[in-house]
Amino acid sequence: MHIDIDEIAKDFATSTALHPVSLAIPSGALVALLGPSGSGKTTLLRILAGLEFPSSGRVLLNGQDATGLSVQDRRAGFVFQSYALFRHMTVFDNIAYGLRARPRASRPPKAEIDRRVTRLLDLIQLPQIAARYPSQLSGGQRQRVALARALAIEPRMLLLDEPFGALDAKVRKELRQGLRDIHDETGLTTVFVTHDQDEAMELADLVVVMSMGRVEQIGRPTDIRSRPATDFVRDFVNS
Amino acid sequence: MSDATSATIARAPQPRARFRNATEETPLARAVLIALAVGGLLLLIFAPLAVVFAEALAEGWGAAVASLGNRDARSAIQLTLLITALAVPLNAAFGIAAAWLITKFDFRGKAFLITLIDLPFSVSPVVAGLCIILLFGANSLIGGWLVAHGLPIVFAIPGIVLATVFVTFPFVARELIPVMIEQGRAEEEAALTLGASGWRIFLTVTLPNIRWALLYGTLLCTARAMGEFGAVAVVSGKIRGQTATMPITIEMLYNEYLSVAAFSMAALLTAFALLTLLLKTMLEIRHADQLAATRRH
Repeated sequence: MHIDIDEIAKDFATSTALHPVSLAIPSGALVALLGPSGSGKTTLLRILAGLEFPSSGRVLLNGQDATGLSVQDRRAGFVFQSYALFRHMTVFDNIAYGLRARPRASRPPKAEIDRRVTRLLDLIQLPQIAARYPSQLSGGQRQRVALARALAIEPRMLLLDEPFGALDAKVRKELRQGLRDIHDETGLTTVFVTHDQDEAMELADLVVVMSMGRVEQIGRPTDIRSRPATDFVRDFVNS
Repeated sequence: MSDATSATIARAPQPRARFRNATEETPLARAVLIALAVGGLLLLIFAPLAVVFAEALAEGWGAAVASLGNRDARSAIQLTLLITALAVPLNAAFGIAAAWLITKFDFRGKAFLITLIDLPFSVSPVVAGLCIILLFGANSLIGGWLVAHGLPIVFAIPGIVLATVFVTFPFVARELIPVMIEQGRAEEEAALTLGASGWRIFLTVTLPNIRWALLYGTLLCTARAMGEFGAVAVVSGKIRGQTATMPITIEMLYNEYLSVAAFSMAALLTAFALLTLLLKTMLEIRHADQLAATRRH
């Protein structure tokens, strides 16, 4: 699914998070929103998910205006920064949550839910942890469970907010490849937010560099490295 | 230095005092502090409890039980249980709604609302009772209309429920707000992105996460609702056998020098309170694993 962000702006009570920003994300791309904290990248991601509404501008999903669409109707798989796993549910129940929350008419039968959860646990290479609680998992495991939970609803796009932020360097490297593999396997249009330029450059097809609520540059990692469009991009990428 | 001497030094017992933790007090200070704590606890908590039960049983079990068996006493017990059964669910519902509103949404006037919720803690219950009389008494606009239509509030059960709800209003909300602030909105947002409706999110995500705080709040609210005196004394009119709750009855009996009857009723009220505490402790023991699992996240 391709995503068009058309002159999206967001004002909060006392500050402006986004100046009008436009961005076209081709179907199936793996895109990084890269920038320091306060650059508006998380706000943009939350607007895409429908968790936040823009002050002006439009979001188009496959060419259709989705600006007023509720979170539930957008069907965006969202991985939160701290994962936001349901702490009182087992891993299995976490992953099954979205399927069980569907209206009766479109809810898969129990056996089908079981099958899908098992398949997702295989996909994230953690087939043994279905009965555990989030508090009994390592940081890397939690991140992968959050990913599986987001994928379970058969999302139209995958959005990740600092998906590797809370992990140590070694796990971070492993999971980067994991995300790339899952993206390539599912073919989902994927947008992730990061402040780590290595992560963005290594993982993404397309990098959007943001600063102070504005898009500084959009391009392939190699283009951004070799031809930074502004001083900010040059400084940020070389730091 | 030979091996033998170094071995002896290594094995020599060190004076213990040197290894005392930096935060630990001297044995004397510890003994004094413990004595103070235990003494205070005995004098302020345990002694009054013991006295209540001792006074109640001063003329034996028979007299105590008999004093609770007469018509007025039974009416008081039933009334207190009824009021509690009405006021606690109301406040649980109000408390959840208020805490949900305050912690999951941003709006103007939030600080004012929090202050308003705390108001019953700072307003004297007697004043609260007088406010209810002014608002709903037979001489007021609303009260007059209600009395004319056969629904008196003051000097009747609705007034007592109102007074009790007012006085115990903050308990559930106060218990829930810090827990819900600490948990944040992320899990609810996650449930939203997974397609769940608001009601489903409340039942499957919010409520399970706050169930312990809700239980504590409800139990505190219960204990307070059973024991409320000031506001109820004003609005109830203290009609024996009709609007006299247990605390009101205890006061009336005591003023009439019916010591055994007064303390028997007091002992029963205390027993109710202890029962709620026991219930809470039992639930904690039974669900200890769950408690640990959910709090460690």
